[in-house]
Amino acid sequence: MGNPLDTISGTITAGFVLTVVLYFLVKALV
Amino acid sequence: MESLLAWGHYLAGITWIGILYYFNFIQVPFLKVVTPETKAEAFKHLVPNALWWFRWGALFTWLFGAALLMNQHRMGSAFLLQGPDAVIGMGAWLGTIMLLNVWGIIWPNQKKVLGLKEATPEEKAKAGRMALLASRTNTMLSIPMLFFMANSGHASGLF
Repeated sequence: MGNPLDTISGTITAGFVLTVVLYFLVKALV
Repeated sequence: MESLLAWGHYLAGITWIGILYYFNFIQVPFLKVVTPETKAEAFKHLVPNALWWFRWGALFTWLFGAALLMNQHRMGSAFLLQGPDAVIGMGAWLGTIMLLNVWGIIWPNQKKVLGLKEATPEEKAKAGRMALLASRTNTMLSIPMLFFMANSGHASGLF
């Protein structure tokens, strides 16, 4: 598997996945 | 005061992230397909200008954002991710990492790529790769960063 940051689509997908992960993390803190 | 700081934060932020998206979605694919002469021209007359607005936009976005948080007396609680301020705090942390990427990785490496700083062809190639990955990392981080910034008010009801 290559680096997702090598493509624009991989970069955007990684950004959405990170958003979901961080959302639940922050929700637990609020 | 609050309104002026918010205005400055948005103006600088749009300048910064707009150019970040231009670099990643438009300029990088363009430079891959043009002739070496066109690339040299772009490195001389286009990229340095874009990088100037980009890195100063980044710094002023952060400064206006930090001033806003200080003005609201929630700088500490935001960065410590305490209670409701954890939402803007996560946005602030992501923005801070992105600012450090710009000034600590992207700009020093781009100086080698553009020839503003001495570098061998191997060092130039390595610097180009580092700058690209840091830029792509910032594009990725901008997605959650904007989510937390946009939803930091009470109105969103998401948290």
